[in-house]
Amino acid sequence: MPAYRFTLNGTDTSVDVAADMPLLWVLRETLGLTGTKYGCGIAQCGSCMVHLDGKKAFSCITPIASVAGRRVTTIEGLAQGDELHPVQRAWLAIDVPQCGYCQSGQIMAAAALLAEHPTPSDADIDEAMSGNLCRCGTYNRIRAAIHAAAGEARP
Amino acid sequence: MTATVPGMKRREFLQLSGALGAGLLIACRATRTELPRASGDVNAWVHIGTDDQITIAVSESEMGQGTMTAFAMIVADELEADWQHVQAVHALANQAAYGNQSTGGSTSIRIGYDSIRAAGAAARELLVAAAAQTWQVSARDCVAERGTVTHAASGRTASYGSLADLASQLPLPRKPAFKDPATYRYIGTPIKRLDSHDKVTGRAVFGLDANVPGHLVAQVVRPPVLGGAVKSFDPAAAKAVPGVVDVLEIPHGIAIVAENFWAARQGRQALTAEWDPKEWGDLSSEHITGMLREIVGSGAVARDDGNAERAAAAAPTRIEAVYEAPYLAHATMEPMNCTAHVRPDGCDIWVGTQAQTSSVRVAAEITGLDPAQITLRTLYLGGGFGRRSQTDFVADAVLLSKATGKPVQVVYTREDDMHAGWYRPVAYNAFAAGLDADGWPVAWTHRIAGASIVEQFGRLENGIDDSSVEGAANLPYDIANVHVTYARPDLPVTTWWWRSVGSSQNAYVTECFLDELARAGKHDPFAYRQRLLRNQPRHLRVLETVAEKIGWGGAPAEGHALGIAVHACFGSWVANAVDVSLDDVPRVHRVVCAVDCGQAINPDTIAAQMDSGIMYGLSAALWGEITFANGQPTQSNFHNYRIVRMREAPRVETHIVNSGDAHGGIGEPGTPCIAPAVCNAILALTGNPVRKLPIRMG
Repeated sequence: MPAYRFTLNGTDTSVDVAADMPLLWVLRETLGLTGTKYGCGIAQCGSCMVHLDGKKAFSCITPIASVAGRRVTTIEGLAQGDELHPVQRAWLAIDVPQCGYCQSGQIMAAAALLAEHPTPSDADIDEAMSGNLCRCGTYNRIRAAIHAAAGEARP
Repeated sequence: MTATVPGMKRREFLQLSGALGAGLLIACRATRTELPRASGDVNAWVHIGTDDQITIAVSESEMGQGTMTAFAMIVADELEADWQHVQAVHALANQAAYGNQSTGGSTSIRIGYDSIRAAGAAARELLVAAAAQTWQVSARDCVAERGTVTHAASGRTASYGSLADLASQLPLPRKPAFKDPATYRYIGTPIKRLDSHDKVTGRAVFGLDANVPGHLVAQVVRPPVLGGAVKSFDPAAAKAVPGVVDVLEIPHGIAIVAENFWAARQGRQALTAEWDPKEWGDLSSEHITGMLREIVGSGAVARDDGNAERAAAAAPTRIEAVYEAPYLAHATMEPMNCTAHVRPDGCDIWVGTQAQTSSVRVAAEITGLDPAQITLRTLYLGGGFGRRSQTDFVADAVLLSKATGKPVQVVYTREDDMHAGWYRPVAYNAFAAGLDADGWPVAWTHRIAGASIVEQFGRLENGIDDSSVEGAANLPYDIANVHVTYARPDLPVTTWWWRSVGSSQNAYVTECFLDELARAGKHDPFAYRQRLLRNQPRHLRVLETVAEKIGWGGAPAEGHALGIAVHACFGSWVANAVDVSLDDVPRVHRVVCAVDCGQAINPDTIAAQMDSGIMYGLSAALWGEITFANGQPTQSNFHNYRIVRMREAPRVETHIVNSGDAHGGIGEPGTPCIAPAVCNAILALTGNPVRKLPIRMG
């Protein structure tokens, strides 16, 4: 099997796995980063969401071969050291999580949204966040937390 | 050292005290006997470390409902702890110490409140006694406050941690005095969850995140037809897939055991197997409906007030309707999974479960070990909603670890999870009512035909499954003649507790049929309920709250209508009023919710649980159904078992009606009202009742 090299949370990383193995399972099982979750395996729920070259991506349908040479950020790499990302801080301030299982993916989607639209409208949030399911139904708090994070980021 | 409440033995805590180090350890235990269907006990251990850290080990499972934080709040309040030093963890499963552990029925606080408080109060009294002894003063002159004991006269202070060792050697107070509720710091106040930080940083460890060194990963291919069996299989092609370790037949199907998830998946795709469909190969949803229709008239009587048949016959207006509710999957975000390591002398299990005790029992049966040799660690649950009180996934993991001699993690794919059964029961409801000349109901007959959950435990009483008639047999409306019956079909579809259980269907069917009666009687649906609930003050209060807050009686926006519903279950009263318009699908713009759950512990959690129950119930109302064709469930994943997404999520505002009465549940009561409230708004918009879920327009 060939080795695939990519940058994971800022660190040069190499894995020796089957070419079609999804990034999700490489992260979780090969590399032991379990913050990224399995929910559906078919890009329907967003629990597996990561950033690929800064854009959100469903890691459950991203073969590792397509990741070679690229930059991957997971929930574990979102904070800068001990300083949480503004989206994570807003999530805490509003106490978004319930069971918490989908929240890594929600946070990655929200961070990608704010990187592109620093002050998103409700319609922007509907558009950007509708790929992420939450069975606990935390949508109203997610919306509020995204607005709060946007407010914090504004000068 | 440990101190215990009466009835507990010291050795039972040694395992935990060893893990936490020196300090004071208090245990408490409440047995759930007074609540229906509550099969477990509720416990907590409180440990005060010499480092001032306070750890609450909770026997209940955290699946999003906020139990861990609520338990910690209750202990911390009576203990007068500093919240900054409080943490909560899942207790190890231990039947000897904890009794029967299971989380469900919205019972954790309802059962545990007094005993958890007692543990906190006892710990506080011990710490005060330790300080008094150290300072040679009277305990009455010492005050415990926020983690410190103070002797005001001398100005001496001591932290709880510095007193913990001495406190652990003092005799436990027999009847610790509770604080005056007016002095509560945490109970009744919005407090941030203790688990949020781990859940926003990816550090929270869920069942699927268990990483036992050297573990294998297994997927189980089940017979496609319910009740079917393996006829034959050829493991060669699957075994040839790199990373596949073994292919084994187990009771639930054929297991592919591999080095990782992806290899197991590739292996199952290569597997060739023949299946025996047995007797249900032609089962279909039409077939099921036909069976229910056939038996609905011959049910056992669950309630019989007056003579509904005679009263209806004499009434000037008669109304009949049939309402149907489908099978539903729980569809937790985290699919079912379990990791087990069976050894000759013991067994370790790592699992997100709502049922520690029955999981251990299942493992003991499979391994032949004594339950005391089995250690079960509860990891976070990626949703439960009742599904995780089953043990099918635990049995699979234990069987496969026993067979391979290695630690094995069994993972249900989403498709496996959705096809594994244990659905919310299907129900078929035949209604007949009579109205008097003024449009008020004088007769109400509700005949239910539906799959039974409790039958598998042998708990049918006089032909009645109490979970199938809850919310129907206890119809709260003031109607003189009420007749409710229940009939049960023989079907191969396994059924199980689904968030709010019988109320999930019965609130829908009764609240919608009541709106039909109001309409036929030419009454406003809110005013109709108000009058019929005039002797039900707790129903009335939540109902009137939502009507007022949504502006009932005002003119809705063009193309919009309001709907309303009220329901009591699990010790709490909930009403929803909704603002709905119709595109291709119903658009729910706004939900106003009122809840009376007695004394509120954490208002922020209560609001979150109402949000949650509403989204859960709305998903079911709009799209939820498991249907069958050729003996197989039709739905498989979130593309055809849809749940509400951000763009479809209504704004929800929750009003907590703090009645101060006994604690009610909050995990389940938020679910039932949304479906009938939305359907009643659709009735107002279109004039057509929605008599079958999920809602289909046109």
